[in-house]
Amino acid sequence: MSRLWLFEETINTDVLAPGFYMKSPLAELSQHCLEAVRPEFASKVKKGDVLLAGDNMGVGSSREQAAEVLKFLGISCIIAKSFAGIFYRNAINLGLPAFLLPKDSQLPKEFVDGSSVVFDFENSILFLEGSGIHINLEPLPTFLKELINDGGLVAHLEKRFDEK
Amino acid sequence: MTTLAQKIIANACNRSKVEQGEVVVCSVDLAMIHDSGGPRRVKPILEKLNRKVWNNEKVVVVTDHYVPIESEETRAIQELTKKWVLDQDIQNFYDQQGICHVVVPEKGHLKPGMFCVGGDSHSPTGGAFGAYMFGIGATEMAGVLATGEIWLKVPKTIFIKWKGKLNNLVTAKDMMLATCRKIGMGGGEYQAIQYIGEAIYDLSIQDRMTLSNMAAELGAQTGLIAPDDKTIDYIKSSGGKVPENWKSFRLDEPTSDASINEFDASTLSPQIAAPHSPENSENANEFANTVFDVAYIGACTGAKYVDLAAAASVLKGRKIASGISLKVAPASLKDEKQALEDGILKILQDAGAEFLPNSCGICAGYGKDRLAEGQVCLSSTARNFQGRMGAPTSEVYLASPYTVAASAVVGKMTDPRELMVN
Repeated sequence: MSRLWLFEETINTDVLAPGFYMKSPLAELSQHCLEAVRPEFASKVKKGDVLLAGDNMGVGSSREQAAEVLKFLGISCIIAKSFAGIFYRNAINLGLPAFLLPKDSQLPKEFVDGSSVVFDFENSILFLEGSGIHINLEPLPTFLKELINDGGLVAHLEKRFDEK
Repeated sequence: MTTLAQKIIANACNRSKVEQGEVVVCSVDLAMIHDSGGPRRVKPILEKLNRKVWNNEKVVVVTDHYVPIESEETRAIQELTKKWVLDQDIQNFYDQQGICHVVVPEKGHLKPGMFCVGGDSHSPTGGAFGAYMFGIGATEMAGVLATGEIWLKVPKTIFIKWKGKLNNLVTAKDMMLATCRKIGMGGGEYQAIQYIGEAIYDLSIQDRMTLSNMAAELGAQTGLIAPDDKTIDYIKSSGGKVPENWKSFRLDEPTSDASINEFDASTLSPQIAAPHSPENSENANEFANTVFDVAYIGACTGAKYVDLAAAASVLKGRKIASGISLKVAPASLKDEKQALEDGILKILQDAGAEFLPNSCGICAGYGKDRLAEGQVCLSSTARNFQGRMGAPTSEVYLASPYTVAASAVVGKMTDPRELMVN
């Protein structure tokens, strides 16, 4: 069972990976993820959970840890109305799926913070568990899907160098 | 018709032209990394890939985040950085000489037409030199260091046009805060911004860097300014070799379908942006009498030589108010030395300023001087997200160095023109 973490507000990189803990190992940094806006997040989030955010998700710093802590904490997919460019690239490069809500469509009101959800990567659909309610996300461009399926940029490059 | 962004990208992917929206793979002319996102993060990835850097002359390493060393953790990071630079035989290493976005151009590395990446979100600063430069994360940087290449979706160009002339005590920072209010932090849509208009070309190179730097705050990928004679003079005086074809990058005519945001510099007042976003800006007098604890002149955006000089012009013969602490972290050692020679540091010191190292420091929430719980800071930096500069309950207002200095004297936020007429 995956829990949906719903954020209405814009989430920036300073609340995802606070500067003061950037010198610390990822495990410690991740314990401070989102503490400024949702103090219980790091201790309650579980493997497979889905994070759904508002506009300009991940705005701010280029620090990759902003996406990496979410992956470390078990988030399986990030969905947003829109993404900040660097954060989006970082998430994909780390093999963490990042999907856009379709333009001009509303998230069904049944999706609330704490909902049980099922995420279908291949078909880019987020289902509300135990009901037919779902939302079709913007499909990923093929080459980004390949990057994620390879396990991110490093694994993708390993494959490329091996082939040479 | 081709935009400056398209021309640089076409050169970088070895094509005669590129169309907006297509995905291309570009060769990188320069990759800049710093001590936080750099060696400590890319080393394990390069080792996993069994690769060294693709070109040791095209990589620039700057230490600016964990400066000064103040713990075993930060010492270990700096030692790892130095060892990696030696192992990889990196030809350009600037250790504790200032903030990367200021140091790299002042050493003559950035030139019109270059295609560059930086391991920091304020990397669009390079756009002030007519270089297409953008920030990327560590894994993607490791990919660049291993291959010398990066993919990119050819952006559209969003033009920010400033006509007219700026009034006295109004700066590039005020232009930028007003731009953030109008188009918003997502308004750049991860496209290329290009700043045009007479008020842009009237600015000094360091002031232009403030605009390009804060293209990041608009959510743009880069923030270009077409090169002119000032750009070339700056590069020459920094010891850089000027490319013979630099005039071919003097492209600043908007395409027929371009989106243009127009502003009038002549009617612009000093701006202050309230917590927790640069787009929360208003005329400074709207914040008159707001109290604060710390006045900060710092960072790549707000403590270059021109910024220190601006603060000094207000603080000359004045003292900061009791209850305010004024902290100054010159953006680079070179700018600090110049400010020392010109008597600017003396003026700041006499006014009551405390000096901090040439590093990212409080702006990035690093080090012992970061803001404490509940502290309110008026800052010449670029970004005022919640918790960025310290404790989650601290608050940051953004303004120009003139406004920060004048407010420090008054003891409350003020339009600097109020102080300077008296």
